[in-house]
Amino acid sequence: MEYEAVIGLEVHTELKTASKAFCSCSTAFGGEPNTHVCPVCLGLPGVLPVINRQVVEFGLKTALALNCRVAPFCKFDRKNYYYPDLPKNYQISQYDLPLATGGYLKINVDGQERVIGITRVHMEEDAGKLVHVDGPGGGYSLVDYNRTGVPLLEIVSEPDLRSPAEARAYMEKLKAILQYLDVSDCKMEEGSLRCDANVSVRPRGSQTFGTKTEVKNMNSFRALQRALEYEIERQIAILEGGGRVEQATMAWDESRGVTTVMRTKEQAHDYRYFPEPDLVPLEIDAAWIERVRRELPELPDARCRRLMDTFGLPAYDAGVITSSRDLADYFDRVVALYPDAKVVSNWIMGDFLRLLNARNLEPGQAPVPPGELADLLKLQKEGTISGKIAKQVLEEMFASGKGARQIVQEKGLVQISDTAALGKIVDEVLAANPNVVEDYRNGKEKALGFLVGQVMKATRGKANPGLVNQLLKERL
Amino acid sequence: MPISTAEVEHVALLARLKLSPEEKAAYTEQLNAILEYMDKLNALDTRDVEPTAHVLPLRNVFRDDVSRPGLPREKALQGAPEVSEGQFKVPRVV
Repeated sequence: MEYEAVIGLEVHTELKTASKAFCSCSTAFGGEPNTHVCPVCLGLPGVLPVINRQVVEFGLKTALALNCRVAPFCKFDRKNYYYPDLPKNYQISQYDLPLATGGYLKINVDGQERVIGITRVHMEEDAGKLVHVDGPGGGYSLVDYNRTGVPLLEIVSEPDLRSPAEARAYMEKLKAILQYLDVSDCKMEEGSLRCDANVSVRPRGSQTFGTKTEVKNMNSFRALQRALEYEIERQIAILEGGGRVEQATMAWDESRGVTTVMRTKEQAHDYRYFPEPDLVPLEIDAAWIERVRRELPELPDARCRRLMDTFGLPAYDAGVITSSRDLADYFDRVVALYPDAKVVSNWIMGDFLRLLNARNLEPGQAPVPPGELADLLKLQKEGTISGKIAKQVLEEMFASGKGARQIVQEKGLVQISDTAALGKIVDEVLAANPNVVEDYRNGKEKALGFLVGQVMKATRGKANPGLVNQLLKERL
Repeated sequence: MPISTAEVEHVALLARLKLSPEEKAAYTEQLNAILEYMDKLNALDTRDVEPTAHVLPLRNVFRDDVSRPGLPREKALQGAPEVSEGQFKVPRVV
């Protein structure tokens, strides 16, 4: 039987505020343990939380960018659970009256656009960090409450995703939107962007849902895709074997490449939500919503269209470049200095992104400033260096942080375009390979490629390829 | 009796309360009395009454997004059952 997957994602993103959601402690990442804490976020008796206005502003920006309806009235609730990552024994969250509902975002997979529904966007606080230590009597846990109370947005999708690739595309698009809005750092490895997935499978074409599992602990886009692929296969294998999928919460084990059961339905949490009496409700009027809407920046889809319209870039190129605001900004700066947009996009999508990824860097952290990439492209266009050398130079620019011109000069990489000098080398190569010359004259076209290669080798890649071809043909 | 002893035990577990058999019996009875009173309230027609989200007539009370130093770490850890490496040391639960 053919199956299809049904996937919904719950994404948590830490908001980029200076202070926590309900107290004035710093939200800075990586401080010494328990140095960004106060009586409010430690849950000491007698304290009163007050919401940070910026949390609501960021929430509204996000809700509007995701095409949601903002609730005119919303409130906070307590989600009760006993686990030492929250010292109050409850998390301040939103339950039945969230900030916003009913939105969507668009994804593009294999050239096909799909609209993915957003069920809701709500505000809540993050929990602390636990480190578990093995030892006698079950060991112990160490708790750092610096992250406790850092504002989060929870963004829940409809079960509209049908494959791991779509889930990944959704997550990437959501990250891009959050970064364009400048509301979150979106660093998955630091936990400022996290994702849980609800997954089930059903016979293709069926309208009812299968039993779902929730998969947690996916800390990268790749992990999300791999975990979903594994979990879907696991569920299909159970059904194919005549079994039933058990409702459970699964944890993705990155090193082993498997999902394992964290808790079953019987152990499911019973959160006993009730209204948070310490915080007063929010009323968000039309004027406020309109003000935030007017202040929204250009979003990825609009920018993608603009790149296609302004520069005639293919949809694929424009999509890759606008997938990150920093990358799109980088592209704009290079194009301002070197106005051949397609050449710039080829370099950015090719060697530039490859070198960035190899170093695990984000586009905003590129060691090569846009002006230097433009210089490199100019050197190539002027014929000072060949395309092949240009690739080497870019690599060297990433490694050393030096400018293109400086590297070309220091390493003596200037292209040899001097007919006399190159002619001499061509003559040497022809003299050294009489058999190949013979082959070519007997009609073996491929022999020319070999001779070009020999000239390139002799000049360590610096020969002007067009001139080499011309000189060889003249002599043959 | 809308609430059984088993439910009282479940709620006690969720609240991490250890109850004696006498307490369980007493709380079962008390909770049932409370819920019976709720039934009485439920008998009222509240169709035209707005649900109460908060007892105070206040809305939109905000703080500006300004960070301030919190507690010194020694103070923050003062109430911890045990301390290790500047952190709260607690029994491992997973």
